[in-house]
Amino acid sequence: MDLGTINPILLVASLMVSATPILLAAIGEMVVEKSGVLNLGVEGMMITGAVVGFAVAVNTGSPGLGFAAAALASALLSLSFGVLTQFLLSNQVATGLGLTLVGLGLSSLIGKPYEGMKSPTLPDLPLPLLADMPVIGPMLFQHDLMVYLSIALVAAVWAGLKFTRAGLILRAVGESHDAAHALGYKVVRIRLMAIFFGGACSGLGGAYLSLVRVPQWTEGMTAGAGWIALAIVVFASWKPWRVLIGAYLFGGVTVLQLNLQAAGTRLPVEYLSMSPYLITILVLVIISARGYHGAPASLGRPFHASH
Amino acid sequence: MRETLLEIKGLTKAYPGVIANSDVSFSIGRGEVHALLGENGAGKSTLVKMIYGLVKPDSGSMRLNGSAFAPQDPHAARASGVAMVFQHFSLFEALSVAENVALGMENPPKPRDLARQIREVSETYGLPLDPDRTVGGLSAGERQRVEIIRCLLQEPKLLIMDEPTSVLTPQEVEILFQTLRKLSAEGTAILYISHKLEEIRSLCETATILRLGKVVETCDPRDTTARQLAELMVGASFDAVTREARAPGAVRLAVHNLSARSPNAFGTALKDVSFEVRAGEVLGIGGVAGNGQDELLAALSGEIVTRPEMVEFDGTPVGGQGPEARRTAGLLSAPEERLGHAAAPDMSLTENAILTAAAREGLMKNGFLDWSGARGFTEKVIKAFDVRTPGPGTAARALSGGNLQKFVIGREVMQRPEVLVVNQPTWGVDAAAAAAIRQALLHLAGEGAAVVVISQDLDELMEVADRFAALNEGRLSDIRPVQGLTVEQIGLMMGGAHDMEVAHVEA
Amino acid sequence: MIHLVKRPQPSRVWTAVTPLLAVVLTMIVGGIMFAALGKPPLEAIRTIFWDPLFHPQFAAYSRPQLLVKAGPLILIAIGLSIGFRAGIWNIGAEGQYIMGAITGAAVGLAFYPLDSFIVFPLMVIAGALGGWAWGMIPALLKVKFGTNEILVSLMLVYVAEAWLASVSSGLLKNPEGRGFPGSRNFQQYDAGANTEVIAGTGMHWGVVAAFVAVIFAYVLLTRHIRGFHIRLTGEAPRAARFAGVNPGRVVIFCLGLSGALAGMAGLFEVSGPAGQITIDFNSGYGFTAIIVAFLGRLHPVGILLAGLLMALTYIGGELAQLMLGLPGASIQLFQGMLLFFLLATDVFTNYRLQFGQGETA
Repeated sequence: MDLGTINPILLVASLMVSATPILLAAIGEMVVEKSGVLNLGVEGMMITGAVVGFAVAVNTGSPGLGFAAAALASALLSLSFGVLTQFLLSNQVATGLGLTLVGLGLSSLIGKPYEGMKSPTLPDLPLPLLADMPVIGPMLFQHDLMVYLSIALVAAVWAGLKFTRAGLILRAVGESHDAAHALGYKVVRIRLMAIFFGGACSGLGGAYLSLVRVPQWTEGMTAGAGWIALAIVVFASWKPWRVLIGAYLFGGVTVLQLNLQAAGTRLPVEYLSMSPYLITILVLVIISARGYHGAPASLGRPFHASH
Repeated sequence: MRETLLEIKGLTKAYPGVIANSDVSFSIGRGEVHALLGENGAGKSTLVKMIYGLVKPDSGSMRLNGSAFAPQDPHAARASGVAMVFQHFSLFEALSVAENVALGMENPPKPRDLARQIREVSETYGLPLDPDRTVGGLSAGERQRVEIIRCLLQEPKLLIMDEPTSVLTPQEVEILFQTLRKLSAEGTAILYISHKLEEIRSLCETATILRLGKVVETCDPRDTTARQLAELMVGASFDAVTREARAPGAVRLAVHNLSARSPNAFGTALKDVSFEVRAGEVLGIGGVAGNGQDELLAALSGEIVTRPEMVEFDGTPVGGQGPEARRTAGLLSAPEERLGHAAAPDMSLTENAILTAAAREGLMKNGFLDWSGARGFTEKVIKAFDVRTPGPGTAARALSGGNLQKFVIGREVMQRPEVLVVNQPTWGVDAAAAAAIRQALLHLAGEGAAVVVISQDLDELMEVADRFAALNEGRLSDIRPVQGLTVEQIGLMMGGAHDMEVAHVEA
Repeated sequence: MIHLVKRPQPSRVWTAVTPLLAVVLTMIVGGIMFAALGKPPLEAIRTIFWDPLFHPQFAAYSRPQLLVKAGPLILIAIGLSIGFRAGIWNIGAEGQYIMGAITGAAVGLAFYPLDSFIVFPLMVIAGALGGWAWGMIPALLKVKFGTNEILVSLMLVYVAEAWLASVSSGLLKNPEGRGFPGSRNFQQYDAGANTEVIAGTGMHWGVVAAFVAVIFAYVLLTRHIRGFHIRLTGEAPRAARFAGVNPGRVVIFCLGLSGALAGMAGLFEVSGPAGQITIDFNSGYGFTAIIVAFLGRLHPVGILLAGLLMALTYIGGELAQLMLGLPGASIQLFQGMLLFFLLATDVFTNYRLQFGQGETA
């Protein structure tokens, strides 16, 4: 094997690309969980976003429209979860699983005709001046728009939760829906908005996978990315910047193992390809051994305004 | 006569199966301290929820300051000058004091200004509070200050207070009353909800008494005796609890230097708690909520396991045993929270009987359950404790609070415990049921069991206990005979005024 | 305005009616979906739900398939339902199923070509142990460190899949397979084959195990203190602690049991209908079983019926693929919708609708 073929600049650059789908999905899910809702359907929403984004981009020739359609489709799908859990008070764990199963079925149904096709992809958008810096430029500043947007989204979520009244209300609803209700906040409406936002983010993440990262449509292509996004929210202790760190760490592991595969290490391919999942488990164990700091107190609990 | 601030006319609200409020009318004047008196389930909280915009009346109307008042939601109520201090459920433990205050305001100022205002108001009214602290780490009394300050910052015209003194020591109650009197003198009307008669007689100038959702009387509590108020509130007189004199026997339960961490992030650790209870004796443990009561019950029931010698039952160290072993031996308990802790809400009464009685009542053989035996035991409990329910197949959550509490206490008492530990045995229970429960506890002691009653209701402890001690921040005070104890002494045992001060405003 | 009012206690009628209502709703929406795909909706529904059992030509073939497909679904779902009852969410049954198949098959292949009646029982035990061990990973991590079992058990599915890919072209590869991936075929190894108990019915040993599991679960949940404690843990965790239940032991028991049952299901599949270890012998039963568990209301008898119904949609789906050219994925969507509608209608078990003035929400 030849480790010399692994270029550190390319490694960091491709790490960011590889992390972006998970980052998008995880930051959306973090907002959902901050509102006290556990949506386990991230995988299903991501793959729906992946197929819808791909199909729209192929048919319109515009990746931008693809992303928009993906966000909308996944957000609408997430609303079905919202209606079930918020209005019909169904179990959030079961409904999230159901959403994933529906999403997987729906995506392979929609995606059949698109298998093996090529779609237009996002052009790289080197940032003026910054991109010309040696080493750092090609690493960080020669990406496509969605990479920058995903980072901006993390910053926006961080600022929104910390400094705005809407963010405070969202956190309050996630801490104690009874107290929030007693003070007159519309718990169900706020949670539905959070779920919608989370769905849209998952859709963007999925579309990034099929339009930029791969870029192709294959059945089941998310391969657990949605679940890993859920794990990253736990890893991040529900803090936005840690979500970014978690996603990039995970992206690093993925890229590294792919590079090792390409470099032809003696380790069997199967062991390399299971490594991201094993590392996710390991990280979950380390985090939970420390205790769950920052989990919203009402997470996963159903809310019904009774008298 | 004061100028009318809020006028309530014919408010009615029905829920399936119960009429919470029926044609309720009364009015509150500016700056008036008005008591709303009634038993649990009399409809007090539904009424104030309507005033605060949380519940919409089926019929009837309200006028505030002479104009029609029908708040769509609490935001609208707050905007009209109505503020409310809740008994439960309105603080966010993981958020800071300032954030909690901001959430209860319509147009909160910038964080820095808000922190300054909180400091100012807390200074003025003698309610010390640090705006940056996390609410989860505050005591029950401090939490109430957060709620009060949240209301005061909005300069309300009407302040609703729901059972505010249940989390305070007698000294703190006195200081709170001074604050409320100052507010009243400044022109703020106060709607004060309570079932504590003496408090109302010392604080309020008008009292509206609710029974079964109807107004039975509006009177001046200062001219009415506590006995008269009680009869108006309860409707019928019932037998007072009786106790026979008895000589205490041998030590049944001994707790030595018990220290234990709380399983909850925001709980209170037990620190070096020691006491003994003898056969035939009732030990009353008072204290303000959140001072280690839940933890003490858990350490005695076996939910918290400690070093064996910390808890001794009939001379045997049991601190290391779980609930099953202790129960089989005869050390039984009933926790405070009925739904979800003492009983599983969605399970039937029979299943809930199995929950604690399976081993001791012989309701299982080799692990296989004897359902007909369990049904028989359940029916026995229902009958002996007059639990009003269609039958043993009814889900626990379908019972009213009082009936479920009778079932939960009855389930333990009917197992003939050697030692029984109960936490808040009559919390949220109507007077007749409370009397029945207290009588059952006394009767149990009379038959030679040792009984520990943990309660925040001092009147209850004075009624049933032989000796009294108080929990304060996880420590147990000295233990004293109940006879001859003054309210002043009890208050000091509970921790006195903590750091509350008398309000600094000039009336 | 319509709003929900909590029933004083769960409605028995609705508990039984909701699965049927969910099936009807799924048929309606599924029919609309089939129409949108340009297929005749009524015919598609009939092909899925009726023809596998009563079609003059195909029923003879597809009827036995009903038990073949329902067996593993029921076996896995029974294990899952016991955990779900306790609020323990093992969603990695697919991984435990794969690992059970691998360990069980490995034991069988190790004995090859020994012809003894002991081989198959040993394989079953090894399969159960393999699934059990895979289920113990999330269990121990949850008890020791409080790690979320949902995510760990799910991650382990991907690990098991990678492992399957590895052994089917490595360790367990048929030495006489001319280089093709996949193990020896158990159909050609009598001592290690999972055969039909009654010929022509599709009832292999896995189906027998499923029926035994149904009875076992029924007795456990309704008659035994341990089953009572499992239900109590799910209904009210604090009350369970108060009753003296050790939550860690419930986790270990539930995840271990569901892992063992899933592992056994995997072994029965690989030594019977699938025949051999291949990279894709697993057909997602571990995930579909989650739907079966919920559709059966987490009740053993309900799961028995739900497993048969779900098997029907599999067979009917294949038939519809063959006869109407219905895409295979639409059946997957169909099954997902079934779960969704069940969860949606489930609300009526605990709440009833009330029309008129309500609370401000």
